Amino acid sequence: MTPDHLRTALTERMTEQGTKWLAGACASVTTDPGVVRGLFPLVGRRCGRGPLDPADPHGWTVDDAARSLLLAAMPLAGAALLEEIGELYRTGDAAERRAVLRALPLLPVGDGGLPLVRDALRTNDTRLIAAALGDYATDHLDADTYRQGVLKCVFTGIPLAALPGLPGRADAEMARMMAAFAHERTAAGRDVPDDIGPVLALFPDVAMPGHRDLQDVSTATTDRRSPREA
Amino acid sequence: MRIFDPHIHMTSRTTDDYEAMHAAGVRALVEPAFWLGQPRTSVGSFLDYFDSLIGWEPFRAAQFGIRHHCTIALNPKEANDPRCAEVLQLLPRYLPKDGVVAVGEIGYDSMTPEEDEAFAAQLQLAVTHDLPALVHTPHRDKGAGVERTLAVVKESGIAPERVVVDHLNEVTVRQVVDSGCWMGFSIYPDTKMDERRMVAVLREFGTERILVNSAADWGRSDPLKTRKTGDAMLAAGFTADEVDTVLWRNPVAFYGQSGKLELDDSQAPGTDATFEGNSVLRGVRAEV
Repeated sequence: MTPDHLRTALTERMTEQGTKWLAGACASVTTDPGVVRGLFPLVGRRCGRGPLDPADPHGWTVDDAARSLLLAAMPLAGAALLEEIGELYRTGDAAERRAVLRALPLLPVGDGGLPLVRDALRTNDTRLIAAALGDYATDHLDADTYRQGVLKCVFTGIPLAALPGLPGRADAEMARMMAAFAHERTAAGRDVPDDIGPVLALFPDVAMPGHRDLQDVSTATTDRRSPREA
Repeated sequence: MRIFDPHIHMTSRTTDDYEAMHAAGVRALVEPAFWLGQPRTSVGSFLDYFDSLIGWEPFRAAQFGIRHHCTIALNPKEANDPRCAEVLQLLPRYLPKDGVVAVGEIGYDSMTPEEDEAFAAQLQLAVTHDLPALVHTPHRDKGAGVERTLAVVKESGIAPERVVVDHLNEVTVRQVVDSGCWMGFSIYPDTKMDERRMVAVLREFGTERILVNSAADWGRSDPLKTRKTGDAMLAAGFTADEVDTVLWRNPVAFYGQSGKLELDDSQAPGTDATFEGNSVLRGVRAEV
């Protein structure tokens, strides 16, 4: 996702009024990045909030994209940029925090955005967890935290297909964790989410506790009703 | 029966409550910022609480098909603690947020000079941020508290139709009815008001500018009191339309003055027309 992609996607999803407001807002933060603090909370009301791609309800929203363009328009780098986005995240509501997480790969922050990703992964809000595990986490997050994040998705009902880091970042340890999870679920007589199947399939040699129970994993019914378990 | 509970502290309630509320017809609510059973001792404690009201709690409510909004303020009791009063300076960062539909709960607990100061300052915040105000009235010495509340509201210059004076009863409603302010009633298991008494108030004063809430919190309270009041109204001969006025259209009209209510068309058919800025009306939710 680049600013140009976002701009193109947004043209079909915003009213003329919203488009004008966003252009003006981007111009303002280019001149004076400090004004972003007042503009950031208004974006949902001015630009809209639905999915950017109606076919992808778990992906970017219109307000995510608009807020990301605002952040990308700031003429800041390094510590100053990190301080500004850190403050927007800390003082943001859930939608503002989600947007900061989404925008990370568009911003020249190196590894500096990782504390925000880790903060989001400590929540139980699926919107934040999914946004935290986007392209930025795929490229920057350490293996242990990434694996825990993926497992948290399985627990909270976030479809693994929403993670750009899979299957690329899947490894034997991740497969082992998922196998153990599936074993517990099967032992409890509960359903196993079927989207762990592809990760397991990549590592057929991983020692799986009670692996005989897992033969039906790929066809098991998905239990997605309970995002509260986390 | 569709229900909008205009005052309920969901932070203190369980997921069973959310399920039961949805089953009873609750589709939207407002959670006012208030005190907890355990007093706070620092500004940081407030900020985590406010963050929850614009973060975690709306997420939790959404799992059960209920739209969650909130009001933000320094409550009157904790306005008396100098360690907490500083939070007043930080309120402007919360008031522009999407889900914040009023300044509240503000008002009096013990009617101290500190409470005077916080109340007046926060009415001004409501004016400058173009938000309605939710005003708590004291449980002790309520009559005098309501009197003083109305005087401060008048002096502040905020439009009375943008203020709800809450926790009224048969006695104190008479003081508020001519002020132009909205009248809030909290229906409780054994204090404040009950369903039967509420029906009597509605018979005498009509349904205009009246809000009925459960004010359910961490004390003995019942999040289904809105529904039970609706049932009591029907049993007493009120029409379904009058019940809808009290339990849905009135809270939508009052909090809709913020321009920030978010209601689902599908869940709230017939919520129409006059509340500009709220997303039931606006074509900006990207369904364009």
